Amino acid sequence: MTIEELDQIAESVRVENSKFDYEINVCMGTGCLSQHSDKLKDELTKVVAAQGKRAFVRRTGCMGLCAAGPLVLIDPNEILYGHVHAENAEAVVASLGAEPVAALQCDLREHFDQQVHVVLENSGHIDPEKIDDYIARDGYQALVKALTEMAPNDVIQQITESGLRGRGGGGYPTGLKWSTVAKAVGDLKYVICNGDEGDPGAFMDRSVLESDPQRVIEGMALAAYAVGATKGFVYVRAEYPLAVARLTNCLREARRRGLLGNNICNTPFSFDVEIRLGAGAFVCGEETALIASIEGKRGTPKPRPPYPAVSGLFGKPTLINNVETFANIAPIIRKGGKWFAEVGTEKSKGTKVFALTGKITNTGLVEVPMGMSLRQIIEGIGGGVPDGHTFKAVQTGGPSGGCIPAEHLDLQVSYESLIQVGSMMGSGGMIVMDDTSCMVNVARFFIEFCMTESCGKCIPCRAGTAQMFTLLSRICDGSGTMDDLDLLVDLCATVKEASLCGLGQTAPNPVLSTLRYFKNEYIEHIVHKRCPAGVCNIQAPVEVLA
Amino acid sequence: MPVPTPPPLPSDDKRWKIVNGTMRKNGFARHALIETLHTVQSSFGYLDDDAIRFVAKSLHVPLSQAYGVVTFYHYFSLKPPGKHTMTICTGTACYIKGTDKLVAAAEKRLGIPQGQTTKDGVISLMTARCVGACGRAPVVLTDGELQGQMTGEQMIEQLERWAVE
Repeated sequence: MTIEELDQIAESVRVENSKFDYEINVCMGTGCLSQHSDKLKDELTKVVAAQGKRAFVRRTGCMGLCAAGPLVLIDPNEILYGHVHAENAEAVVASLGAEPVAALQCDLREHFDQQVHVVLENSGHIDPEKIDDYIARDGYQALVKALTEMAPNDVIQQITESGLRGRGGGGYPTGLKWSTVAKAVGDLKYVICNGDEGDPGAFMDRSVLESDPQRVIEGMALAAYAVGATKGFVYVRAEYPLAVARLTNCLREARRRGLLGNNICNTPFSFDVEIRLGAGAFVCGEETALIASIEGKRGTPKPRPPYPAVSGLFGKPTLINNVETFANIAPIIRKGGKWFAEVGTEKSKGTKVFALTGKITNTGLVEVPMGMSLRQIIEGIGGGVPDGHTFKAVQTGGPSGGCIPAEHLDLQVSYESLIQVGSMMGSGGMIVMDDTSCMVNVARFFIEFCMTESCGKCIPCRAGTAQMFTLLSRICDGSGTMDDLDLLVDLCATVKEASLCGLGQTAPNPVLSTLRYFKNEYIEHIVHKRCPAGVCNIQAPVEVLA
Repeated sequence: MPVPTPPPLPSDDKRWKIVNGTMRKNGFARHALIETLHTVQSSFGYLDDDAIRFVAKSLHVPLSQAYGVVTFYHYFSLKPPGKHTMTICTGTACYIKGTDKLVAAAEKRLGIPQGQTTKDGVISLMTARCVGACGRAPVVLTDGELQGQMTGEQMIEQLERWAVE
């Protein structure tokens, strides 16, 4: 494969597309598919043929606005229709070249105009199962350019210059990680893509894998070239069957086009990728646990060092990055590290994809520049809290993060700022809570999660989360005391300091952040035996969770 | 290195050949354990003792380790599923939208706690830790099919339909 051949493929796609006056893009991500957008697509195809329109009906990945699904985007006019069902197909097709169907049209300029799409640039525009669609939008240009014009070190140099940091939540500088693996000595090296998005309330990785899987594979291939790896694994949750299917197809297509396999682009570089399925263990998002899982073992973390960069999968130097991190690589190589670094804050560069969910009008996926305020994301892009309720808190970082109250809504989102207010970036879940959520109950929910998901290897996490859960349950059912609260704070410190891996070290965060901002709710439960939000059933006996 | 002969298939059920296929594709390597268990579960619906013994022996993994892996990961089930399965998502977005009420209502209707199957073997009630469809919370999976913005009434209706089938 050469740049010219890529251009030829892109040209042939354009010629094919130019035969049509209109493109009808139908979202077929998990959200819209659950509302039968597959049937809608079939119906649209039938109606287009019946009405004799020169229109092309395309299956695409996620368009982001899950709240209004199933979504249909008409090009070239960029008309977005929401809540489209098979029975609307006639009207949608009839409107081509005429007035848009007002009843279905979404006017969400505010929602989309404030976003900057880098990772999601192709989502909703290409057929995720067609590699040529990806190539037509500059796909694989970066890989071919790197293999033919750049030394591995130049690739790392660009990534370092971009200031990209790990999007899985830790925020470790990607360039630094890559150069460590590149320097590590080993006959065999591995690249692993962490798609074990166990964080409840987050679905960025699922969406990227479903909508634009080739982008992730290209990122992995670039990483492999940069660090000298020949073998890659994508570790993806078994709970994401559609992502697995699209990824499987994507690998087959990439091999067919000679973009994976031996001697890619007639260079000495060989690289191939295998899929490994997760089996429902949150702790496997931790890199050493993930490696154990790929090796077919229980997913228990190991103490570091040695870091995976030195001794990882099967004892070989291993590079692990998150799906979204890999999705950022190709545009950086294509446009240069400096281009990427233009967006964002001083220490957090680029954009970040967030999954906006909970009590918010426009639930779905958004991509914004780092440094945007929480208010702009939640009230501007997200459309605020619906049904006349008032905003209470936004939870970021999943079970490792914290709840941020209204007083910090003007906070500019970055890795550092979120830690300062007691939360963290995490993988990108943003769950909005209103006055109907009890913050003590929320803390209990997350601790229950961590307790169930603790692998049991180290005692502070295994026993500590269980004790914290008991204390929080007592407070929730009205039998807690102020001493319990002190004990809880004490336990938080122990679990945080003494746990082996990130799961335990961050498990107390939801408790600490709710105690920091919503201590009055704890006191209401303990002293006045009432739940201000009316969630906890205080008179009832303790519910024992099986 | 000569490849040791794998043990005979537990029965002439054709599904064992699919299981064997996964192991062969991975060169009967020990690290294929989880992959193989996935194949067993997708073929048979669950993992029984015979299956775990067969896979452990084929891959030369100690039985204790194989059993350890099966019980470590939530996705693997040691019990056969009911004819139908109602899986309620209990991820954060679903929790905020009141999924706990769905779980309580289903438990009450079926008379079993989550994670179990009705005595007649018709309905299994499961919970999931986020299926990644948070935009449509609260969600349930009815026999694996995702349904968003679920209400208690809709869910009970579905359970009733299954019960009288």
